This record gives sequence, C-alpha cells and structure tokens, in this order.
Amino acid sequence: MKKVKIVLATTATALLVAGAWAGSSFAAGKWGEKQVEDRRSGYTYAQPETRGIQDDDFQNPGMVWVDDGEALWSKVDGKAGKACATCHEDAAKSMKTVGTSYPKFDKKLGKPQNIEQQINECRTQRMQAKPYKWESHEMLAMTTYVRHQSRGLPMSVKVDGEMAPFFEKGKAFYNQRRGLLDMACKHCHQDNAGGQIRANILSQGQSNGFPVYRLKWQKPGSLHRRFRGCNKQVRAAPYKNGSDEYVNLELFVNWRGRGLPVETPAVRN
Amino acid sequence: MAKPRVKVPKSVKKGEAFEVKTLIKHKMETGQRKNKKTGKMIPRFIIAKFAAEFDGKMVFESDWHPAISANPYMAFYMKADKSGPLTMKWTDDKGKTVEATSKINVSG
Repeated sequence: MKKVKIVLATTATALLVAGAWAGSSFAAGKWGEKQVEDRRSGYTYAQPETRGIQDDDFQNPGMVWVDDGEALWSKVDGKAGKACATCHEDAAKSMKTVGTSYPKFDKKLGKPQNIEQQINECRTQRMQAKPYKWESHEMLAMTTYVRHQSRGLPMSVKVDGEMAPFFEKGKAFYNQRRGLLDMACKHCHQDNAGGQIRANILSQGQSNGFPVYRLKWQKPGSLHRRFRGCNKQVRAAPYKNGSDEYVNLELFVNWRGRGLPVETPAVRN
Repeated sequence: MAKPRVKVPKSVKKGEAFEVKTLIKHKMETGQRKNKKTGKMIPRFIIAKFAAEFDGKMVFESDWHPAISANPYMAFYMKADKSGPLTMKWTDDKGKTVEATSKINVSG
C-alpha cells in the first residue's frame, strides 16, 4: 500500500513540473484567468479603454440589460400565470451553471438547444406566453441576465455521447470555406488571431462574453447575430438566428473556448 | 426615458473632490441614419442636456450632441461643504425630462 502511495506522489510531482513547464511556453499569467492554455478571451484582444468599460460594472452598459432581465425574471406573463421565478426561484442559484453548459441536448427535439431556445420553450410550453423574438429587447435582457449568473465560471459544454454528431457538424461548419471570399471561420479566428483585418484586431472568436455589448451595435447582441455578421462579411448568405447550423456552430465555438470564464455582459468594439 | 443609474460615494470629506457617475439608457438616434426598408431618414432623437444641481445650486451642466454614444455614461467631479441633495436632470429633444436625486453625506 505504501509503495502505491509513493508512486502516486511521484506522478503528481512529475505532472506539476510538466504543468509548470507547459505554462511557461505561453505568456503565462499575463492575462490571468482570461487565458487558458493557448485559448484567449476576446477581452485580451480588446483595447485598454474597452476593457476598462467592461471591468467597471457601473460603466458597463450591458449591466442595464442585466437589470432589465432581472425585472422580467419575476414578471408574470402568459395564460399559465407564471413567471420565470415561479419555477426557477432565485436565478443566482438555479441559473448558476447555465451559461457554461448550453447548448444542451434536448431529448424531445432530438437535437441541442441553446439558451435563447430554452427560454422560448419555457415561455411557450410552461408559461403559455408568446415567445420572445430573437434580438428583441426582452430576449437580450433575459439571455444576458441568465448567462450573467455564470460569470467567472469556466465554459464546459458536453460534446460527447448524443452531442457528438452535432459537435462534428459544428466543427465542419467552422472549417468550411464559404461566400464570395471563400473563407472559413478558422481562417480569421484560428490561423490569424492577433493579426489585423483592416483596422480591427482579429480575436480568436471566443464566445465566453456573449450576449456581448458591442460598441458598434450600441447595444448587446447574441452570438448568432455575430455569426450572421461574420457570414455577411465573407459575402455568404447568413443562416437564420436559431438555425440548426448556428446552434451546432455555437456548440463547437463554446467547446473551443472551454475553460475560459463566462464574461457576460462583455464589452467589445 | 428609462430610470438613470447614479453612483455617489457613501460619504465624502468636506471640501474634497469626489466623483459622481451616471449612466442612462437611451438610443441617442443621431438623425443621420436611414431606415433601410423605407429609405427615409430617422429623425434625430437624443438627450441634448444634462445638468446637476447641488442644494439648489448648479454644479455641472453640459450640452450633448449627436456624436454622443447610445446609453451615455457621464462622470464628473464636484466638491461639497455640507450635506445635501444632488439632483441630476436629463432633457431630450422632445423636452421630456427625467430626474434622479442622490443624497451627499459630508463627514468631518
């Protein structure tokens, strides 16, 4: 028994040493928790002024949507006379890991669902209320509020088992050339992250800050809105918000940023 | 207009400068954008004036123009010799106003 313990202890030391060595090959510690191995949050590519807006919760305009979402959380809506809070009670507890784990597999639909779709499923089926429109004020406020509850927690989507085929589809989408410019997601965000595209610095395209308050948009926007923007920029026909293609892509992109802390509502240029 | 967010220190020292932070949700429509569907210009609609009064006396005032971003954040410094209410007022193009009052507590 003693021998086993010693062996274990030695292995642990070896791992620690290996970890320290691996860490030193990256700009270790420069970005703190905003960097995991070679994965960097979009925060680390943003200008210092933009980071400053995100760091100060008062100055961060995305927090206004968090407040609006909090008000909607306990607002009764629909024929069933329910609010989100009727079932889920305190969002700080019940929604705590939601932002890290979606899209999740939905058994009834037989495919993954993201947070927006889950909110609308709750609204139409449990609350018997009208579904929120994508990118409407209510949808953005509710998604921002829900995902904000996971702020600081590491992203960890499930990609094995029944999720595997959808993960593969998302990965294929990511690497597929498209549009008149014949570019795939990976050409900018994997091969050229840190480089420039005109005056903009390309980030790794991580999803940990979404819904993100974009200064260009002057309001928060969903990840799918960002996908549509990217697709349009390579002159490809964008898919619809909430389409299967984008949910699969969201799954893959969330996996790419595994371990990065959720930053919702992040502020980007 | 939405309810503004205001942050003042819990207590301030007499005669010492302190920061007041404000943020209000507003579209700040510049008047230079077109409605893509109809091709018509979207009329300008911004908050054009921000003013702060401390104890009935003007301490800060600014005129805002179309280049101010949406959801404008405004922070300024002021001094106070005695405790009193700080009233801030935002006025938009249509003359509509919204007010917020914060208590300034002067200690020592």
